[in-house]
Amino acid sequence: MKKEGKAQVWQDYQKEIADDHYFYVRSCIRQNFFPGSEQTFLKILRSELNKDIYENPHHTSCSGIGYHSDIVPFETIQTIVARQFALMTEAGYRNLAVSCITSFGIYNEIIETWKEFPSELAKVRGFLKEATGREFEVPQNVAHASDIVYKFREKIGEIGKYKLVNHKTGEPLKIVEHIGCHYAKMFPSKGVGGAEFPHVLVGMIEAWGGEVIDYPERRHCCGFGFRQYLVMSNRGYSVSNSRKKFESMQPYKPDAIVSNCPGCPMFLDRWQYVINEMEGKTYGENGQGIPVLTYEEMAGLVMGYNPWDMGIQMHQTNVEPLLDKMGIEYSPELKYAGTDGKIIGHPAMIGCGC
Amino acid sequence: MKHIVIIGGGIAGIETASALTDAGHWVTVIEKEAELGGKLNKWSYLFPDYTPADKVKNDLLSKCREKDFSILSKTEVRTIQRTNGKFYVETSGEQKLEADAVVVATGYELFDARRKEEYGYKIYDHVVTSADLEQMLLPDGDLTVAEGKTPKRIAFVHCVGSRDEKSGNHYCSKVCCITGVKQAIELKKRLPEAEIYCFYMDLRMYGKHFEEIYREAQEKYDIQFIRGRLSEASEKIDKSLLIKAEDTLAGRPLKMNVDLLVLLVGMEAGKGTASAATTCGIGCESSGFLKTADSFLQSNFSEKEGVFLAGSCTAPMSVNDTIVHARSAAMEVNNWLKKQ
Repeated sequence: MKKEGKAQVWQDYQKEIADDHYFYVRSCIRQNFFPGSEQTFLKILRSELNKDIYENPHHTSCSGIGYHSDIVPFETIQTIVARQFALMTEAGYRNLAVSCITSFGIYNEIIETWKEFPSELAKVRGFLKEATGREFEVPQNVAHASDIVYKFREKIGEIGKYKLVNHKTGEPLKIVEHIGCHYAKMFPSKGVGGAEFPHVLVGMIEAWGGEVIDYPERRHCCGFGFRQYLVMSNRGYSVSNSRKKFESMQPYKPDAIVSNCPGCPMFLDRWQYVINEMEGKTYGENGQGIPVLTYEEMAGLVMGYNPWDMGIQMHQTNVEPLLDKMGIEYSPELKYAGTDGKIIGHPAMIGCGC
Repeated sequence: MKHIVIIGGGIAGIETASALTDAGHWVTVIEKEAELGGKLNKWSYLFPDYTPADKVKNDLLSKCREKDFSILSKTEVRTIQRTNGKFYVETSGEQKLEADAVVVATGYELFDARRKEEYGYKIYDHVVTSADLEQMLLPDGDLTVAEGKTPKRIAFVHCVGSRDEKSGNHYCSKVCCITGVKQAIELKKRLPEAEIYCFYMDLRMYGKHFEEIYREAQEKYDIQFIRGRLSEASEKIDKSLLIKAEDTLAGRPLKMNVDLLVLLVGMEAGKGTASAATTCGIGCESSGFLKTADSFLQSNFSEKEGVFLAGSCTAPMSVNDTIVHARSAAMEVNNWLKKQ
């Protein structure tokens, strides 16, 4: 593997990422899957980097999952997106910061559609005005939230308390990076580093002391792939996709997996548990799984935030092996404590719900 | 005596110069590189009969020595102006030449395989281009892969940068199919135990003996041809490559592990030809290759009087076709000069 070859690709795909004053749009599903991630992102931007980032509680789902499942028509999703832009415009912002990869793809697809077909834009302006009385401007800059963390990765590394380094051996931790499909596969130029060798997470990992693993099935789908999971009878495809990735990355002995998508960390995390239940197989060291993080959680750990405050106890694959390697101090007894410090109960099998 | 300036000292430039000198003209060849021969310097053996490229090159260079034409190497054309029927050529070496006709023979450039990012050229250790493989196939070339091992399974990818909308090249480069077949046979001769697979869209065996070599590759050398294009290549922990494709005849996806992946890179008009077009004030096709006055009887004429075209600056061409096209360019220049 020649690093200089990758560096050339990365150089070819650099995008403009706004420096400040963001209008933040959240993900529908991340707050359920990994509830502390978005809050960690906002905390880092506001408290550590002194950036202005605003969110409006009236913003809605972009309806991307419905759109990709052929339930929401294109005109409808365009109008929903136009409404988000209207909220941004009314608040005086022009830089969109998107939490979700699906939404990021949707926003880019719609903005590009409007560039290619101005009649669509005019039509949607009419729909929105008729339905809500609102008007909007198209954002000047659209960044995925991981782009923004990437932009400030060096600063986060400087002020952070921990490194992605094994504190006992001093060796860099081996990290698998997984990019959401809709980040750059739709529009390679919209992603830092392009679609084939994305740099957005690699840049963070390396800036924070880790080493990236490039394994054969790196580009393969995590297993979410809407129809694989949303249709119950297809879920075997979902778990087999994830399994293919685990089998491929295992020889490299990764210490963690990090992703910038709502669905990917969910499936890479949960399906490890399922495969263990089905086949008795684990992919990490000592019979454990490979911890899976969102990039905000990874940044939060580097910053020294309490892992339980970030909701890391919500992961099905335990993250403690990674915390131990990084030398992070945490209280195992408080893992399942509520915000008032009282234990709220441990996870228990209550049936698969099928 | 008429003076003709030829831009480009590759196969087409040398052959045109040689024929025009034979016709009694004074010729100056302007070559940007130090060495004459152009892309012929990159190849080891030529299809269809495995003639050493050096032999053809040496035969061409001996013409340079035997015939009295001038060569300006490491020189580029800065400007060309035509006044009262004469061309005034200024070079990067500050020479000022007066000519009665100009021949553009700037050739082609190989497609930069890094643009097909999914194949990992210049990133993965054992992904090479057909041009790289030519050097590896020389008698002292090194065919080993990771840890000095002999490759056991090798795959060729056809049409890299040709007939490919994504890379912006819609045209066929013509010579890559037969190059792949030739190289696969050469590899099989050197590595009889190796399994060799060629991934293709169509196999266009247009030339003399080409179809026979293709048949021989299958029957005698057991080279496997799979109709399908690679979607991606990835490097494994042992530096071998995992490739994914669709076998479109079997109608199913295919995944294979190979030790060496060869990308059959196509031809592009390149910067030299684009620059010559600007300098001479002549047009290009949408492919970037130079526009000929017509496709049948004036394939050596540009749209500008007195500016002629020779070889693969007009379209992808084999060495044989380039030589024939260069000779016809010399004949057209000679006929045109007689009428002046």
